[in-house]
Amino acid sequence: MSPSPDDQPKLDAMCNNPQSHAFLSGVRALLPLVPGVIPFGLVTGISSTDQGFSFIATIGMTLLFYAGSAQLVALQLLSEDVFPLVILFTTLIINLRFMMYSASIAPYVHSLPRRWKWLLSYMLSDQAYALSIVKFTSTDSKSTDRFFFAGTAIAMWLAWNISVVLGVVLGTGIPKTWSLDFAIPLSFLAILMPAIRGFPHLAAACVGGVVAVMAADTPYNLGLFLAAVCGIAAGLTAERCRPAASADKNEKEPK
Amino acid sequence: MSEFTLWGLFIAVALGTFALRFSFIGLHGRLHLPPTLKRALVYVPASVLAALVLPAVSLSGPEQSFALDNLRIPAAAVAALIAWKSHNTLLTILAGMGTLWALQTLI
Repeated sequence: MSPSPDDQPKLDAMCNNPQSHAFLSGVRALLPLVPGVIPFGLVTGISSTDQGFSFIATIGMTLLFYAGSAQLVALQLLSEDVFPLVILFTTLIINLRFMMYSASIAPYVHSLPRRWKWLLSYMLSDQAYALSIVKFTSTDSKSTDRFFFAGTAIAMWLAWNISVVLGVVLGTGIPKTWSLDFAIPLSFLAILMPAIRGFPHLAAACVGGVVAVMAADTPYNLGLFLAAVCGIAAGLTAERCRPAASADKNEKEPK
Repeated sequence: MSEFTLWGLFIAVALGTFALRFSFIGLHGRLHLPPTLKRALVYVPASVLAALVLPAVSLSGPEQSFALDNLRIPAAAVAALIAWKSHNTLLTILAGMGTLWALQTLI
């Protein structure tokens, strides 16, 4: 689709407008992250289909959750017939990090119209947050940076939903012997390793992981709660033991 | 689980997740987290993700219990190394799956 000559002035005006420019540079900033989003979305679409969920149920779940890790965990718990209330609490615990992002990004978006706050809150993702907070806190930050945030958030939302749909479409033909379900813990592993920044995080991960294995037989998957609580406690304890070493690691990372 | 319960669960998760995301953005200046809770939230991703990965890898297989001949353990170790070195999701998944397939073919 090339723009017709009539559209050219409009297109130029759009690109010269600082708000649109910021929006488009947000979209461009997200693009390199897309190769990491696709396999995660594919696995989500495939495992949802594998469990017998219809196209509508899979897409409904994807749009309503808009949280990949929480959705994969919910799928796993659904396959184990875990009590729905426990699934709800587990997914919300996994999504607690969004509250942290919300707190951190709030001062920079308070001037946005209310409906944009609603929309961008729904679209707040790990990727959009990570890219935008760097922009907001950089020395040359501008008032148009909130449109950069909107660009990353909307591009991420599209990338995620399209890759889940692709997973549903492609997934039905993939044989069980390929052990594709193994891609789920692998995709968690891929997010886990960069999340370990410094000793307290490592302590949280080790304790959380070991407790989860030991408590695997706990009914209603309560082992996951126990593991999360123990892991968080380990992180806080480790931080207190080495306050000097952790102080600079836990704050905003420059990259 | 009935269709009704399933969609009820989806909608409850959606509302809860939205509330978490909207919390500070929507109520800017009117909501403050105690500092200890803020620090605790920093460790949520690491502890929850590790708690998801370790059992899914080590307790998989036919017996659903810990076994040294579980091929997923070396495959996950390779993937962890790649994840740590590359910070690349795609490469991590490919390395883990590739190792598992290679071991399944060889053994």
